[in-house]
Amino acid sequence: MIGINRYIGSPVERVEDFRFLRGRGEFVGDLRREGMLHAAILRSPVAHGRIRNLDGTAARAIPGVRTVIAAAEIGAVPRIPLRLLPLPGTERFLQPVIAADRVRYVGEPIAVVLADSAALAEDGVGSIALDIEELAPVADRRASGKNEILLFEEAGTNRAMTFTAVSGDADTAFREAEYARRERFSVQRHTALPMEPRGVLAEWDAVQGRMTVLGAAKVPFFNRDTLAAMLGLALTDVDLIENDVGGGFGARGEFYPEDFLIPFAARHVRRPVRWIEDRREHLTAMNHAREADCEVEIACRRDGTILGLRGEIFIDLGAYVRTNGLIQPRTLAQFFSGPYRVPNVDITSTALLTNKTPSGTYRAPGRYEASFFCERLIELAARDLGIDSAEMRRRNLIGAAEMPYKLPRLEPGGPAVDTECDSGDYGEALERCLAEFGWEEKRALQGRLIEGRYHGLAVACFIEGGGAGPKETARLELEADGSVTVYVGSAAVGQGLETVMSQIAADTLDIQLDQVRVLHGSTPYLNEGYGAFASRSTVLGGSAVFEAAKLLLEQIRAAAAVRLGGSTEEIELVDGRARSISDGRSLSFAELASERLSVDTAFANNNKLTYTYGSAAAHVAVDPGTGHVELLDFLVVEDVGRIVNPLTLHGQAIGGVVQGLGGAFMENLVYDAEGQLLTGTLADYLIPTATDFPTIRAIALENHPSPSNPLGVKGAGEGPIIPVGGLMANAVASALASFGAMPNRLPLSPACVWLMGSVNESSD
Amino acid sequence: MRARFQLNGQPVAVDVEPRMHLADCLRDELGQTGTHLGCEHGVCGACTVIVDGAAVRSCLILAVQAEGSSVVTVEGLSTDDALTPLQTAFRKHHALQCGFCTPGMLTTAHALLTEEPDADTARVRSVLSGNLCRCTGYIPIVEAVLEARAAYRKTDKP
Repeated sequence: MIGINRYIGSPVERVEDFRFLRGRGEFVGDLRREGMLHAAILRSPVAHGRIRNLDGTAARAIPGVRTVIAAAEIGAVPRIPLRLLPLPGTERFLQPVIAADRVRYVGEPIAVVLADSAALAEDGVGSIALDIEELAPVADRRASGKNEILLFEEAGTNRAMTFTAVSGDADTAFREAEYARRERFSVQRHTALPMEPRGVLAEWDAVQGRMTVLGAAKVPFFNRDTLAAMLGLALTDVDLIENDVGGGFGARGEFYPEDFLIPFAARHVRRPVRWIEDRREHLTAMNHAREADCEVEIACRRDGTILGLRGEIFIDLGAYVRTNGLIQPRTLAQFFSGPYRVPNVDITSTALLTNKTPSGTYRAPGRYEASFFCERLIELAARDLGIDSAEMRRRNLIGAAEMPYKLPRLEPGGPAVDTECDSGDYGEALERCLAEFGWEEKRALQGRLIEGRYHGLAVACFIEGGGAGPKETARLELEADGSVTVYVGSAAVGQGLETVMSQIAADTLDIQLDQVRVLHGSTPYLNEGYGAFASRSTVLGGSAVFEAAKLLLEQIRAAAAVRLGGSTEEIELVDGRARSISDGRSLSFAELASERLSVDTAFANNNKLTYTYGSAAAHVAVDPGTGHVELLDFLVVEDVGRIVNPLTLHGQAIGGVVQGLGGAFMENLVYDAEGQLLTGTLADYLIPTATDFPTIRAIALENHPSPSNPLGVKGAGEGPIIPVGGLMANAVASALASFGAMPNRLPLSPACVWLMGSVNESSD
Repeated sequence: MRARFQLNGQPVAVDVEPRMHLADCLRDELGQTGTHLGCEHGVCGACTVIVDGAAVRSCLILAVQAEGSSVVTVEGLSTDDALTPLQTAFRKHHALQCGFCTPGMLTTAHALLTEEPDADTARVRSVLSGNLCRCTGYIPIVEAVLEARAAYRKTDKP
């Protein structure tokens, strides 16, 4: 642990803010290069079909249109490899970077037009003559499972993967249980929707044979390796540069087709090429997420003790398995039981291909969905057994004495992907949440009709497995002016990385915050790096910076000992100076900079996840006449191990909750039976606005530091979103209990809530 | 076509295609990239600029329609290196994360508070509801705008 704490734990205002507040951020769309061409992409207008003919003659004839690139120009079309869980069998379902003869979703890239302006490039796209023979689409996962229409005939199946998560003996538990209940639930397809659309600016240096790609995000090093392999270049001849990034949430920064197509185009025409996604193409091109349904059951003793969970989950994965497409199915199975002690688990999750946009991770992938399923089941059991919602959870939370607590064994994967809850007192967070929320006082409102609206309350608990490995890298350099430059392999996606890393470095080195400069993400800075996913930046990147700073201090001490005479033990380092204890003489860090002090290090966590945990409670009022649900109060309490910056942490919590509320009430990617996306604009795809959810409270605790890193921090970007779906459904169910409401499907749109509160009313 | 207007207090004249919207003109022709494009159909509000005192979606008007107008972008909100009270309040309340929607939030709030320095919480929320943010959940943005009201009451040009 760090001894000096001027910055860590303080609400340090962000160093990033100055440029953003003054309009001086540098997002990829803000960048231009001399001689740059603009790209626009022709995308499939149909969900499933064979390309019979593609004729770019008319497009090429438009003055200012420079060329049209399709599969024929590319030659051997690379397919995008999996970044996570590259399990055997998945190679059959990888996405080609461009459709050569077959299209499998609306929005799949077919051709790239290069022109002198973006508008001309779009004109070019509109002038390409495209002839597609339409095939019957696989419109949903039920049709997919029948295997009557196949997306990949050679594979013989639409089933991309099946995971099982098992512990104990679920069948015996269910046979002998005093109580069991089975239900069906579903979560709709929605998406991360960062406010900045994606973009790529590629520059090919024909003389040096080097490719530079701007607009990288999230995992620039992995994407550098992928792109180099596809282009047949050495790793050292490809640089990916991270600029300011307008939000990630899991979806942005994965390797998408455009991450090949634009660099290829730049090399093809030997000019810089820029492509900036528009919102309409974003909604069909960027990863979708979350679509899953299940039939699951719970077994309990009469006192509410959970004995078992079992059942089947199905994921509508879309047309291809993308880089991280198997994370959601994996997580749904392995984390189904969440923070609860469940001795017998047998959950199967199957990912099925359909003719829709491929899906990938979105903040708390699989966990949001699993929490909704599991919390609904637990609530129904509590109601059947006559147990208070809070008491039901209290009885079943994993206890502090049971840590570390192993989660079910996942297959395929086996022991290599075993994971265990690492530390903490889950009950403590629950009690704090209930006390701050006023559960005992408010529970009298359950189901009450007050001024025309029904009131409902709910409580839910969650764990967030974050800080995924394997490691992260950092280099610290002492500059001539005595300041320190921090290079870190973590990536910034808008979460305040520069501020947090500055805090850690400044505290460890005992220097002022403005004496630290943080450079991140881009591949030229370091030989390797791992990036920003699974709430890992502060955990791994922060620990790497901390370890590097300690090593730099040792170098400074050694250099000072040589210069001042005596042993290193006689040198003390205080506030940017090295001082000899014996004679009081001292040197500033600037005076020692001529020694060219620099440290390269990596922090590895042996793939041990950190487990943030917490509880959330909500109070809603439901208008049965309109189906509108007003969120009157929402409180989340989470223990994050150790807080580096309470300001940015609080921002992660509130922002995550509101995203979760969007998923619970409004966000919905609706497809018709032909596989056409019906919600292709922000006027159709609704996300929360400033008037929707004004009352959200978040409390962060640091009672139980992580045992697996020197800072004691736990990944904390995704916890508070996890329980939101289940919480809202259970609150609405409580409010409309007198109608027998069963909100088992998200989103809880006004129409859906109105139906639950009116159909039974009219039959009274 | 030629469009002439005042941009952040300076006269500009620019040749544009008739179909070019004001946001593309500001960003691509005039190099003012602080104005961001998030949807290009008037929903997200990231491209909001102030035209003759009113908050306007610069993706929904053509550049030539700005002829003779006074346009203020996020770059023009402050004239020196110090943050304005509104910008300072955004930083204090952590009202921005990725910073992409921020220019539109600032211009929208600035136009509102210039006209209505006593706007109450409901009014602030209602006006900001036309601007989408995916990071913050809006609560800190509303807090920042409410706090900045004091500065708009004291002077007419904070």
